[in-house]
Amino acid sequence: MKYLCLVHYDEAVIDTMPPDELKALGDESHAYDRELERAGHYIASNALESVKTAKVVQVRGGKRSHVDGPYAEAREQLGGFILIEARDLNAAIQLAGRIPMARYGAIEVRPVETLQRRAA
Amino acid sequence: MTAPVADDIDAIYRTESRRIFATLVRLLGDFDLAEEALHDAFRSALEQWPRDGVPANPRAWLVSAGRFKSIDGIRRQARFTAWDDAVEHTAAVADPAPAWDDDTEDLEDDRLRLVFTCCHPALAPDAQVALTLREVCGLATEEIARAFLVPAPTIAQRIVRAKARIRDARIPYQVPLLAELPERLDAVLRVVYLVFNEGYAASSGESVTRADLSVEAIRLGRLLVDLLPDPEALGLLALMLLHDSRRAARTSADGELVLLDAQDRSLWNRAQIGEGAALVERALLSRRFGPYALQAAIAAVHAEAREAAATDWPQIVGLYDVLLRLDPSPVAELNRAAAIAMRDGPATGLALIDALLARGELADYHLAHGARAELCRRLGRIGEARVAYERALSLARQLPERKFLERQLTLLDLK
Repeated sequence: MKYLCLVHYDEAVIDTMPPDELKALGDESHAYDRELERAGHYIASNALESVKTAKVVQVRGGKRSHVDGPYAEAREQLGGFILIEARDLNAAIQLAGRIPMARYGAIEVRPVETLQRRAA
Repeated sequence: MTAPVADDIDAIYRTESRRIFATLVRLLGDFDLAEEALHDAFRSALEQWPRDGVPANPRAWLVSAGRFKSIDGIRRQARFTAWDDAVEHTAAVADPAPAWDDDTEDLEDDRLRLVFTCCHPALAPDAQVALTLREVCGLATEEIARAFLVPAPTIAQRIVRAKARIRDARIPYQVPLLAELPERLDAVLRVVYLVFNEGYAASSGESVTRADLSVEAIRLGRLLVDLLPDPEALGLLALMLLHDSRRAARTSADGELVLLDAQDRSLWNRAQIGEGAALVERALLSRRFGPYALQAAIAAVHAEAREAAATDWPQIVGLYDVLLRLDPSPVAELNRAAAIAMRDGPATGLALIDALLARGELADYHLAHGARAELCRRLGRIGEARVAYERALSLARQLPERKFLERQLTLLDLK
């Protein structure tokens, strides 16, 4: 089954991190992606630019509006994702728990909807 | 990759992966490490076997590969983990693991260790069930959640907590010593029976039986009998086989519950009945039998009757008498009362059920009111039968049972 691990963290924590610590965290995150890949769990991953660069688009009554990220007030922001393949939810939780960013923020583990489930 | 090798690996995964997992838990001292090691081992097999051929002893190869990969992984991780953690981890792996040899008996011991650890009394009963199904039977968290009609995150949480508890409380990975074995085996049998009952008489939902859980429970029961042929383990397996043999006859085409006396007995699974009856005999001959063997013996008496009218009720009442001496319970009393109604007539049975209901323990048990309704109906006391059926209906949560009770009420109106 596929699970999307959404990495949430407080951007201020990353912004104020000493450069060598930030680099070490980056290396570690990259190494964990490679480890997931070696073990056959890895599907895709990406880090996201700051939430300050985000736009939110809506269409209501045929009219489109776009505003700056309305969730910017929240302390923890979506900062990246890793899509993994795991045997079940507990296996996914275990893998998500080893994502280095889990020590700074929080990982939301979301099962990817399958056709079988939608049909049920 | 050549397809036959992939098929081999698939087959080995199905039959051996939980055994290999159990051994890896012992070697690595940790459920989560063992799970990753198992995954890595099969991945290595998929890479190497098509090239090098399937090893002579695939199980030993996979255990070694899993163990090696795990230690290797911990070393690699150590570059990033705080040094203390890494040392502790590596020590935990290196320490309790003696050189591994392919001792089959040892492997079977590992499975038994796993069962006893998953059913350890320090874990909550819900957690014991979830952990056993996932770690011993290999069910996915989502499958367990579907079977118990519980959200998957709830089951996931139970499993995470149970594993943390095993780690924190340092629950040993071993078969209990002889002195505590009866009590600990009792807990294991209770978990297996709970899984079976949830599959056979699911507490709620649209279908009377959730066959997948019953199948897993019977598999667990067979495993226990193979590893530890205790009379009660034999009794429990027999009980499950005998109940399950009636599965096809228990619901009508339109999903309504069919009671034992109305079942089409040609639909009963004769092979399962034969196996169950033989197990009951073995258990009873041991003379150290308990409640499971006795309940199985009762089920066997029913199974032997070619038609409902040929049931040996005196023998069933006698078995209930022994059961009640050994393991008193109001539900067993209710069943005995129903058997007495068959042996001595509905009035005698009804008096017993009324006395039982007056004690209060079964006041909210729908089957007690259903049984009362049935006996009142047979005595022509239609008004009382209606009240009791309505009470049963207000308590029943399962759709087929509700359909059955609704139809009984309609039939009363026709009188």
